[in-house]
Amino acid sequence: MTKMAGKQMVIEAFKKEGVDVVFGFPGGAIIDVYDTLEKDGTIKHVLVRHEQGAAHAADGYARATGKVGVCIATSGPGATNTVTGIATAYADSIPMVVITGQVPTGLIGNDAFQEVDIVGITRPCTKHNYLVKDVKDLPRILKEAFYIARSGRPGPVLIDLPKDVQNSVGEFDYPDKIRLRSYNPTVEPNNKQIERAFRLIERSKQPIIYAGGGVIIANAHKELRKLAESIYAPVTMTLMGLGGFPGTHEQSLGMLGMHGTYCANMAMANTDLIIAVGARFDDRVTGKIEAFAPNAKIIHIDIDPTSIQKNVKVDVPIVGDCRKALKKLIKAVEEEGRPPEIWKEHYIPWWDQIRAWAERHPLSYKDEPGVIKPQYVIEKLYELTKGKAIITTEVGQNQMWTAQFYKFDEPRTLLTSGGLGTMGYGFPAAIGAQMGCPDKIVVDVAGDGSIQMCIQEMATAMEQKLPVKIVILNNQFLGMVRQWQELFYDRVYAATEFSVTPDFVRLAEAYGAKGFSATKPEEVEDVLKKGLESEGVAIMEFAIAREEGVFPMVPAGKATTEMLLV
Amino acid sequence: MKHTLSVLVENTPGALSRITGLFSGRGFNIESLCVAATLDKTMSHLTLVTSGDEYIIEQIIKQLNRLVDVYKVVDVSEGEFVEREMALIKVKAEDETRAEVLRMCDIFRCKVVDVSPKTYTIEITGPENKLKAVLELLKPIGIKELARTGTIAMQREKKIK
Repeated sequence: MTKMAGKQMVIEAFKKEGVDVVFGFPGGAIIDVYDTLEKDGTIKHVLVRHEQGAAHAADGYARATGKVGVCIATSGPGATNTVTGIATAYADSIPMVVITGQVPTGLIGNDAFQEVDIVGITRPCTKHNYLVKDVKDLPRILKEAFYIARSGRPGPVLIDLPKDVQNSVGEFDYPDKIRLRSYNPTVEPNNKQIERAFRLIERSKQPIIYAGGGVIIANAHKELRKLAESIYAPVTMTLMGLGGFPGTHEQSLGMLGMHGTYCANMAMANTDLIIAVGARFDDRVTGKIEAFAPNAKIIHIDIDPTSIQKNVKVDVPIVGDCRKALKKLIKAVEEEGRPPEIWKEHYIPWWDQIRAWAERHPLSYKDEPGVIKPQYVIEKLYELTKGKAIITTEVGQNQMWTAQFYKFDEPRTLLTSGGLGTMGYGFPAAIGAQMGCPDKIVVDVAGDGSIQMCIQEMATAMEQKLPVKIVILNNQFLGMVRQWQELFYDRVYAATEFSVTPDFVRLAEAYGAKGFSATKPEEVEDVLKKGLESEGVAIMEFAIAREEGVFPMVPAGKATTEMLLV
Repeated sequence: MKHTLSVLVENTPGALSRITGLFSGRGFNIESLCVAATLDKTMSHLTLVTSGDEYIIEQIIKQLNRLVDVYKVVDVSEGEFVEREMALIKVKAEDETRAEVLRMCDIFRCKVVDVSPKTYTIEITGPENKLKAVLELLKPIGIKELARTGTIAMQREKKIK
């Protein structure tokens, strides 16, 4: 065992946990950790321009790589600035460790300079958090933080580290393994439940697999595909689940819910069996809950028991790791011995119906001469990146058009704030993703509103020489809210129209990046090519049809079959 | 429907506010809450009375279990259980009512723990409905001050195997 200061323990723990990059912003109460980080020199630090950016970048890194994202901030405002990022990660179950500096323990509670009770503030938006009062607890707490963040249903964990604890010396005994008596997530699914689930599948005539973000978190995409293919069931995905099953697969119905495909929502409404995998029956998916899948039995696989039976009544709950549960289900299907052709035959009428829905109202948009349609931009982006890019999005119309028109085939390629719906997420998340995946093309699809929420990170991307690309769909509106106002608020555009928007090309240039813009459809491809092929950071701005809406749309509180179509 | 939950939780700073925060944040109801250390100093025992239909209670129990600090949650009201609450009641006791208060204490097996020329302070222990009955009866005489503990509860052992 070696003795060292708290600040050194933090760095040593990072090394033991395989942390290669941290995102942060220094300040008085965390200066000691920064000093140690710099002198140690083994861990890459990305200096952001706002702590919210650090949290989102750590989150983007975690989503793209599957590893724990780490961010560091100082006390007081530094810490509070991370809160939106922490809540974003919490809502989408993203493993993250946040280290915040705190005033010295003797000053806590005195309203000291830059003091805030960040542990109190983040209690409802972290999976767990700690205020370290004694350096002897620090190695254990660091170990627990990483363990809790990545195990079970992942989530952000915050460690608040007072300045004196950073400088106190203690034994650094870092356990390899850890067991917490009060925290034991159920990982192994119950065999009897698997058996019951299989019986339901066997009897079903019109099943559907409803896959969520849990599939991606659990790295269960291969198993999901295998199960879907062996029973020839249609698959629909939540926003968080996109990429968990190939979007171009013939069995994919695309996204469901408020802006889901007609086919997916109709299939959900008419199914007799929902096989929910790592999804949580969110209100954006179910619409009016009383009208949701009225004839369906429900199998619900989720690692978090609170997700089960929270919004809908479930017939077969399966608590456990999605991947393990799917493996067991696949085994049950294989042992039963019904070959895929027979399953296929079994579902012919169901598939005929599904195909009819898909043909009746496929995802579409109306072309208008001389006007750039945002959907067209996304289609072109998909084409030019061959569907291989990591796409981050902001929140609103840009996010939904991306979800609809970019066909995600691989997990961890769509990074988007699904649960919290955080504008400003996409760009810093792209920075984090690019740090984690230097060989990938990383593109943030943004609106002119949301990009301005974390635009300061342009400097970060430039400083780190990260070739992150930004597509701005500029309609000079806060488009999604405007769409609601158009449809439900008599077209009173209260506070959604921007009369001033920066010249994004010149803005890019001001940061030393490249900027391109298109105002006509025929310029779209060229601008995308230029942007994607340019070496460093590039902004591609598209002046899109100002009042274009996202369709289909299920109005809030309506049944999912009551879709407004194009 | 009322439920009495017995919760074992790590005796760490903030554990209680995690639990109360969960209830307020998710719109659950706390009717009473009682916390104390257990024989094992690293654990606290918490008795919580809440209400809701079966789905809400199921959610409450699951959400409590989800907290990293929570070791065990038992809905003691699912089976046979003993519950007790204690109250200290300072009652007006002057002239003609002095004897009346003492009679009441006798009937309900309360203890007088403090006496002044104008008041008695009574200690009473029992299930919630007993306390309710005593309070109803003492109200007309005049309750000057009241302190209650909230319910503590324990499952009964099975008597016949």
